[in-house]
Amino acid sequence: MSTIDRTPAHATNGNGKPYKVIGTRPIRHDGVDKVTGRAKYGADIHLSGLIYGVVLRSPHAHAKIRSIDVSQALALPGVRAVVTHKDLREPGDRIVELGEGAVNLRHLSNNILAADKVLYKGHAVAAVAADSVHIAEQAAGLIKVDYETLPAVIDVEAAMKPSAPLLHADLFTDELGQKAKAPSNVAKHFRFEKGDIAKGFAQAKVVIEREFRTATVHQGYIEPHNATAMWNADGYITVWTSTQGSFTVRQQVAELVNAPISHVKVIPMEIGGGFGGKIRVYLEPVAAILSKRTGKPVKVLMSRADVFEGTGPTPASYIRVKLGVGSDGKITAAETYMAYEAGAYPGSPIGAGAMCIFACYDIPNGRIDGYDVVVNKPQTSAYRAPGATNAAFALETVVDEACEQLKIDPLEFRLKNGVKEGSRRVDGPVFPRIGMMETVEAVKKSEHWNTPLTGKHRGRGVASGFWFNCGLKSSASATVNPDGTVALVEGSTDIGGSRTGIAMQLAETLGIAATDVVPTVGDTDSVGYTDVTGGSRVTFATGYAAYEAARDIQRQMVERAARIWEVDAAKVSYENGGVTGPDGKRFSFKELAEQINKTGEPIVGRGTVDPEGCGGAFATHVVDVEVDPETGKVDIIRYTAAQDVGTAIHPSYVEGQIQGGTVQGIGWGLNEEYFYDAAGTMRNSTFLDYRIPTCYDLPMIDTLVVEVPNPGHPYGVRGVGEVPIVPPPAALANAIYRAVGVRMKQLPMSPPNVLKEILRKGASK
Amino acid sequence: MRDFEYEAPASVAEAVKILSRHNGSARPLAGGTDLIDQIRTGRHAPQVVVDIKKIPELSVLELTAGGLRLGAAVPCYRMYGDPRISAAYAALADSARIIGGIQIQSRASVGGNLCNSGPAADSTPSLIALGAVAVIAGPAGQREVAVENFCTGPGKNVLAPGEFLVELKLPPRLPHSGSHYRRFIPRNEMDIAVVGVAASVVLDGSGEKFVSARVALGAVGPTPLFANEVGKLLAGQPVNEQTIAKAADAARAIARPIDDMRGTKEFRLHVTGVLTRRVIEESVQRARS
Amino acid sequence: MAKRRVVTTTINGRQTEFLCEPRQTLLEVLRDTLDLTGAKEGCANGNCGACTVLMNGRPVDSCLVLGVETEGAVLETIEGVAPVDGLDPIQQAFLENAALQCGICTPGFIMSCKSLLAENSDPTENDIRFYLAGNLCRCTGYDKIVRAVLDAAKKRNAEPAPA
Repeated sequence: MSTIDRTPAHATNGNGKPYKVIGTRPIRHDGVDKVTGRAKYGADIHLSGLIYGVVLRSPHAHAKIRSIDVSQALALPGVRAVVTHKDLREPGDRIVELGEGAVNLRHLSNNILAADKVLYKGHAVAAVAADSVHIAEQAAGLIKVDYETLPAVIDVEAAMKPSAPLLHADLFTDELGQKAKAPSNVAKHFRFEKGDIAKGFAQAKVVIEREFRTATVHQGYIEPHNATAMWNADGYITVWTSTQGSFTVRQQVAELVNAPISHVKVIPMEIGGGFGGKIRVYLEPVAAILSKRTGKPVKVLMSRADVFEGTGPTPASYIRVKLGVGSDGKITAAETYMAYEAGAYPGSPIGAGAMCIFACYDIPNGRIDGYDVVVNKPQTSAYRAPGATNAAFALETVVDEACEQLKIDPLEFRLKNGVKEGSRRVDGPVFPRIGMMETVEAVKKSEHWNTPLTGKHRGRGVASGFWFNCGLKSSASATVNPDGTVALVEGSTDIGGSRTGIAMQLAETLGIAATDVVPTVGDTDSVGYTDVTGGSRVTFATGYAAYEAARDIQRQMVERAARIWEVDAAKVSYENGGVTGPDGKRFSFKELAEQINKTGEPIVGRGTVDPEGCGGAFATHVVDVEVDPETGKVDIIRYTAAQDVGTAIHPSYVEGQIQGGTVQGIGWGLNEEYFYDAAGTMRNSTFLDYRIPTCYDLPMIDTLVVEVPNPGHPYGVRGVGEVPIVPPPAALANAIYRAVGVRMKQLPMSPPNVLKEILRKGASK
Repeated sequence: MRDFEYEAPASVAEAVKILSRHNGSARPLAGGTDLIDQIRTGRHAPQVVVDIKKIPELSVLELTAGGLRLGAAVPCYRMYGDPRISAAYAALADSARIIGGIQIQSRASVGGNLCNSGPAADSTPSLIALGAVAVIAGPAGQREVAVENFCTGPGKNVLAPGEFLVELKLPPRLPHSGSHYRRFIPRNEMDIAVVGVAASVVLDGSGEKFVSARVALGAVGPTPLFANEVGKLLAGQPVNEQTIAKAADAARAIARPIDDMRGTKEFRLHVTGVLTRRVIEESVQRARS
Repeated sequence: MAKRRVVTTTINGRQTEFLCEPRQTLLEVLRDTLDLTGAKEGCANGNCGACTVLMNGRPVDSCLVLGVETEGAVLETIEGVAPVDGLDPIQQAFLENAALQCGICTPGFIMSCKSLLAENSDPTENDIRFYLAGNLCRCTGYDKIVRAVLDAAKKRNAEPAPA
């Protein structure tokens, strides 16, 4: 069963009063719409005169485009327009920040519709708009593209070899800040260093060095990408889409179709999952230019195969880790070489992976070498703690091996080496108050850990993980209604119930009920600038904006009460869900709300933030598995995930984030992978053969919600969404080792891969 | 999706007439769970889709002393939902319960699974193990083909233009017999078999000796394979570990798998042996109980 | 183009006629012709269950049913689940147990769950996990969905049978 480990001290605010709203579990505000089918997601939009777009995609992993002939497609009755890269603006080599990573606009433009080359199977080449989706599909098949195929490279290690086929003739390695002389598939090599690793390894009693390889995996949101656009005759463009960031869509569309951002209005529809994959645009600019050409609203939807083959997965990687541990069980040195696939264009999450790999441990001497490498696969996107899961799989497996060799309990090892306030990461930053140790302590005290695991071919594994979280910009505005409720408009598109977590912080600050706040996610014309729903930032930063909006309302209500009572505002204060004045004067929030329109101007609170101090998140997971030694199949018997969440605003949704992230990590660990043939074609671009877990593959996922309040937030919030995906593959690998004695160094740990190791071990005996 | 015409004949004769008229460019539609996706992805491009579910014979599900009549369009849930049928034809019920999810089982039929002729079809090995015969209607009338001779290659079978599968006939269950189908998949549901094995065994009265057995393998060849040698090897032998181990080795020798995204050749060969052993053991348990 | 046909069905208790091409799936008809967009397309090949509706009482993936096949059928979609004056106990249980995050899979899960509870009013955790394996959720890890179904069964069993 799930447990909420809420110590009373945490359930109080600054002045020692217990929270009224935070920590409760109200029904989410958008709930009824979502259980009745009424919530409108991107694909659900219907507009009068709507026509449909279909994108033609490359059948080759690497080819030059010699020519594109659209005449037959245009001649098909019902076809309205065909567009290619020429219809987009050439944006030049400008870099734009998208919230969870910077993007080169020329690369983005070429990724949306290929210019002179296709760089992966599934790369978009042209698009058709027609009266029905069936006609558009048929027309797309009539477009003649003359390709000159080129050799493809789909593996990071192969792509780094000097003899590898080059994706970009103009890509020169940024080699520790210097531009290399010859073009290469290695976009960047960077290094972080701390202390003296030679000295550190010399002090070690045990030095373990291992190599790891992980496969390309996809975010696997159930809702395919979609976009509907209307380009009006006055030059104003409206886009309806499912996105993690309406403002980043606005910016990207404006840049790519050459319109001022003020002419682009993005209406965020409900979004059916994103996990980092719905930040970069794919279809929105295509829908916009098709609309411009046809004068009609155009809807473009991806198929599931399009999603797998044409949108950003997370990188496959090669990671080498060397760890030195002294006889006292303390880490003396750590070194890593990490090469991540960027896909077709530079920009893998190697930087984030490098920042996270050693972050759980206090490492006196460390070196991290990171490589960003292009390959003939779709351009990678963020995926829940991007880069960190690959890294943790490598490091946490080596840590487990060190524990085994030194005969140290894995939790004791973490208590001995784990980071705390003041620890400095190898890449530089010094930690503020964090909860790594508390997650280990929570596991140590847990019923799971203290229940011996029995049975043949069973094993228990432990792993920890870190994600740094983000702050970034958020806006909220809140209008007090005469019936004592508040209409809240905020800018974070809501992937998992965040509008309720944000509304609860506003409610807490005003001392009203969560149900008395009516939250709406605004479009780009009706709410202030807000960065993407990513980086585990929404409950932290947009919640902070709601808190500021509530404080603004408090100030205005104090002034209004003073005016009504004809007293000095300095003698009036906002407390306990209302306004208190001299001589026992008192308005509850509702009483004063009712007076507002009768006594003056409306009261609208405003909150805009760009907060520092998001506070990092740590998790420690423990899993019990049973392995079938004859087939290599791994069954999960029991799973417990401990995580420092700062303050759990809505505990159900905090648990939900932990459970969901954990299960994505389990899928990544056990079965998910892009399976390519020699020509670079993905062979498993369906939910049948790209195997995300079903409910029949899992037990309940128990959560241990640890609350170490984040000093950087008024309610102690830290991001919770991403870190739970980080530990599972490593925890599973360590459990598999204890079950059947094989150390898995490759993801996924699918039955064929596990069986191969079991048989190899059997043969070597 | 490509354009096509739709017909829904009410009799076998009418269906044969429509199918014959289109000479190979018409495809019968039963549950549609393979066909509709195949048309969508362009693997098949029929000019006419012939919905055969309105033909009464195709929905027959009848258990008599003479055996089982299973109409070609009977959805999986009806088959495994009948306790008498699922007890007598346990391997087939095992298969029907794991084809797709519950939604697929509402529509997909064992007959459709056979006619789709995928090498990894979950119900075909069970049909073979249980000795099923396919009843085919065509311009020249009806003919019968043993299921082990039905599939001729991946997606290919003995149906000639104008022909379609009407029903499957299964012989009655013998005393002291038991059957089982099991597949290996990486997940626990919603997967295509990496290896599938069906067995049907008949024991003597003591339950200690195989009288006869039929074993069939899925996903380890271009078609589901009838492992006749395995059955021959078991017949007359005592029920023990050695006998079953020999049968598993024989099954491995018959399997000729390929490498693909669902598994490597080596993995499939290894698992064929493992599953054959487990499936025979379970069939023996069922025969004894 | 193939001839369009008029199809007469009963959807959510009301007789409904629509015109469709043979190649249009039931999912496309529901969403684009009838504006019943509660059924979602997640994969279009019967692997995710987001388009689950009940056809003659059985759960089906509406992406794998042709619109023309539903002539004379009785269909129930997510839009028909709630009574006029509130929510079905399954819907209520999903809300109270926080069994959804993004919500895109929720209509499909609720339809499958309705069918499960009609067949088996007191399912075990294992029964639920087996029955719902044809519905994918990528957000929740399924924990809270399974708990919601257990809770819905309890709620339904506590209710007086409808008259």
